[in-house]
Amino acid sequence: MSELRGVIVSHAAIAQALVAAVKAITGIEDALTPVSNEGCGTEALGQRLREAVGEGPAVLFVDLPGGSCFTSSARYAKQGGAEIAVVTGVNLAMLLDFVFHRDIAPAEAARRAVDAGAKAIRVTA
Amino acid sequence: MTLALYRIDDRLIHGQVVVGWGQPLNCSFIVLVDDEVSSSDWEQDLYRMGVPPQIEVIFASVEHAAAQFPTWEADARVGILLVGDVDTAVALATRVPQVKRFNVGGVHHRTGRKERLRFVYLTDEEAGKLRQLAAGGVEVTAQDVPTARAVPIGEFT
Repeated sequence: MSELRGVIVSHAAIAQALVAAVKAITGIEDALTPVSNEGCGTEALGQRLREAVGEGPAVLFVDLPGGSCFTSSARYAKQGGAEIAVVTGVNLAMLLDFVFHRDIAPAEAARRAVDAGAKAIRVTA
Repeated sequence: MTLALYRIDDRLIHGQVVVGWGQPLNCSFIVLVDDEVSSSDWEQDLYRMGVPPQIEVIFASVEHAAAQFPTWEADARVGILLVGDVDTAVALATRVPQVKRFNVGGVHHRTGRKERLRFVYLTDEEAGKLRQLAAGGVEVTAQDVPTARAVPIGEFT
């Protein structure tokens, strides 16, 4: 199985910043591609996703569970042809887990990412 | 209250609408007027996901919207009406003379469109249709978020 690509789809420059943070922590820089919705309508964002995903397979990490990043990602996953899973509420913890576990199917990677991301959200004493 | 915002935005329901405008307006319902979305359950589920549960989302075709408009106008809650393109705005305003203003909130680049503002790209034909709408008594301004200036139509078409 070819290694999964992670595509981060966000408002403004969140995606770029997350890619930079993952690189700073792990040194891995070829697993994630940032896509911003800045200045994009639905059509232009779809094109950016197409370029980022390539032939896939891929997991799309979206910032919010709704909005233009999400609707474009969900639509692309449905129509794009490549094997794709979509995860919302992207955070650094889920990406750090993802980049080390990319030899699995997108759906499984997506579930794993949700677990890793959710575990990082907590109230500390 | 009534429909507080009539917006043209090709992203339809998204953060700027739900949070950016929805919060300060204290919006309780969103009417999404789009012939395509109103006939697709899948698209409706997609758009509904971006909206908190306390905000009602109503999907309508242009025809249905024209028929239901008085109900929304008379609603005690504050609502936002959304269309995805200039043609739908014109079609609605033509059928519903009570529509007296449109906010151009986001029409993005596509082949044949020229940049008018950072968030507004229009073909010459679309710009003409908006000017015609304005000439007919509809106030047309461009404004992406409430804190920005409402740009009068004369400045971007």
